[in-house]
Amino acid sequence: MSLSSEAARPRLIQGNEACAEGAVAAGCRFYAGYPITPSSEIAEVLSYRLPAVGGTFIQMEDEIASLGAVIGASLAGVKAMTATSGPGFSLMQEHIGFACMAEVPCVIVNVMRGGPSTGLPTHPAQGDVQQARWGTHGDHPIVALTPWSVKECFQLTVRAFNLSEKYRTPVILLMDEVVGHMRENVLLPEAGSLEVLDRVKPNVPPEWYIPYEDTPFGVPPMAPFGEGYRYHVTGLTHDVRGFPTLREDEVGPFMERLFRKIWTHLEDIQSWEAYDLEDAEACIVAYGSVARAAKRAVVEARAQGKKVGLLRLITIWPFCRKAVESVLERCRVLIVPEMNLGQISREVKRVVQGRARVLTVSKALGRLLTPREILEPLGEVHT
Amino acid sequence: MNGEPRLIYQYLRHDKKFPHVWCPGCGNGIVLGSLIRTVHKLGLSKDEVVLVSGIGCAGRLPVYVDFNTLHTTHGRALTFATGIKLAKPQLKVIVIMGDGDATAIGGNHLIHAARRNVDLTAIIVNNNIYGMTGGQSSPTTPHGLRASTSPYGHAEHAFDISRLVEAAGASLVARGTIYHVNLLDKLLEKATEKVGFAVVEVISHCPTHFGKLNLLGGPVDSMRWMSEHAVPVERARKMKPGELQGKFRIGVLVDREMPDYQSEYERVRQRAMEAVPYRIDPQEISKMLESHQIY
Repeated sequence: MSLSSEAARPRLIQGNEACAEGAVAAGCRFYAGYPITPSSEIAEVLSYRLPAVGGTFIQMEDEIASLGAVIGASLAGVKAMTATSGPGFSLMQEHIGFACMAEVPCVIVNVMRGGPSTGLPTHPAQGDVQQARWGTHGDHPIVALTPWSVKECFQLTVRAFNLSEKYRTPVILLMDEVVGHMRENVLLPEAGSLEVLDRVKPNVPPEWYIPYEDTPFGVPPMAPFGEGYRYHVTGLTHDVRGFPTLREDEVGPFMERLFRKIWTHLEDIQSWEAYDLEDAEACIVAYGSVARAAKRAVVEARAQGKKVGLLRLITIWPFCRKAVESVLERCRVLIVPEMNLGQISREVKRVVQGRARVLTVSKALGRLLTPREILEPLGEVHT
Repeated sequence: MNGEPRLIYQYLRHDKKFPHVWCPGCGNGIVLGSLIRTVHKLGLSKDEVVLVSGIGCAGRLPVYVDFNTLHTTHGRALTFATGIKLAKPQLKVIVIMGDGDATAIGGNHLIHAARRNVDLTAIIVNNNIYGMTGGQSSPTTPHGLRASTSPYGHAEHAFDISRLVEAAGASLVARGTIYHVNLLDKLLEKATEKVGFAVVEVISHCPTHFGKLNLLGGPVDSMRWMSEHAVPVERARKMKPGELQGKFRIGVLVDREMPDYQSEYERVRQRAMEAVPYRIDPQEISKMLESHQIY
């Protein structure tokens, strides 16, 4: 069952299946995970897809172990991924920090369900957006992407791998239950047509290799274990050789580079989409499945003569400040609908700084928001 | 032991990492020496060895030695090691942990790595206490003894690490001490060569905390205690159960042949790659159920 033969015709598949296919297409050959609703289909698909392409699927004893094994596999040079939902994502936080600190590429899929705690396992939410940003301890940059369609689950999984390889960082794919379980007829891209990036390996002899060296790009080349480049990997703050350090003149530059490698490449990492924003006076800022309802809300608002547009965030972290800034040039009103009690509206308000009204539609009811709900606060302002 | 200085120069990282973090009298250096001799004797190349550790005094061991080294999170070393081994089976993955690291915070990973029989060598340095954080009680602190968090005597009972991993399914289980160094060399050698999950529990000491809190004297005193209380398994077999009271066995406790995870998973790959979809034979199912050891 090769990808190209599968991809030749449209398939009616779930977002979770598309995510798994995207992983295989991106070159993922190792998956470790623990069953959890609503993400389990990703594991199930990969349990038969990965061994068929010579890869490895393993069901671990918990989510902590899952991300540990994923990081181990990646250090050995194999692209690796895990998938989970809220409770498992909480357990993974320590290892997300390890992957940030040791700069180990890996992809963590979180198909968000209602929380806190066991919450609403079979119902959608977007309650882990801030956890994705700040869940692990200590200062660190993070990259997170939010797909809104089945096709985009495929595309953004590939992109998540590419970004993680390019920047040596964990990348979080924040899906939600609607996107994960929704079925759409999609034509998956041909394997050859995809841009697939691999981490840069050292091109110097082992005795010249400095594993955490600063480079103009900010990302040091990464040698897989067992290929002659023996070095030390640790979650302790380390010097350029990878050895633990307490020295201010080594801790400072390390932390600075950890952030710089992301912040100086925002144009590459961030993406968003604008719909009907050219003449818009009000803008809906949405992401994930809620953006689908928001797009419909734009159509309905325009039918009523209201000039509403949509800014759909695809990269949710680092937050697309520039995109929101550009909307502020025209729009006096921003509506932020989300299936949580105001996690991204905080970010929007932080960027807006009072230059526009930010109206929130924050509902964590375990269901998708409706276009009507999204437009409700607009009625108070415009009519 | 005459070759020792030369081996140290050959295997230790000389460029940055000394002096080491361990207290005078610590057993970790003895374990490291034994590990180096093992790798040397087995003729393993430095490039093929991956040394993985968790957090704690034993967790600091890999940084000193010139292999592929990985210092992971507390208790999770075996999970990283599992990922490395399955992704690149040709690597020789050795995991070094302490008793708190391996059996408290990492206890779940320990039993599951043993159950899966992943081809790893796990060295558990057991000093009955959390040394690095200041002498708190661990799952192997003996009942009644003192720790910095058990000032009135420890209310809990200790794990027997070797029996724990035996029951969980490890292929090889051995116990040594930092006093019986020649035996330790042999045990590490056997465990490193073993295909499957191989555990070596190394009875060590912590003169700084455990020894001091429990009036056990210095390093020499606790090593003398080891020499007086350890009984080689060969001799223990000939002893009556009563005679072993208060003593502990050292040597290879369990050595059994079982397919390791990698070879089992290779069969999974083959089935997945076959053109004909895999179908399980109904008669095979009943056979498998009958041979299931638990029932």
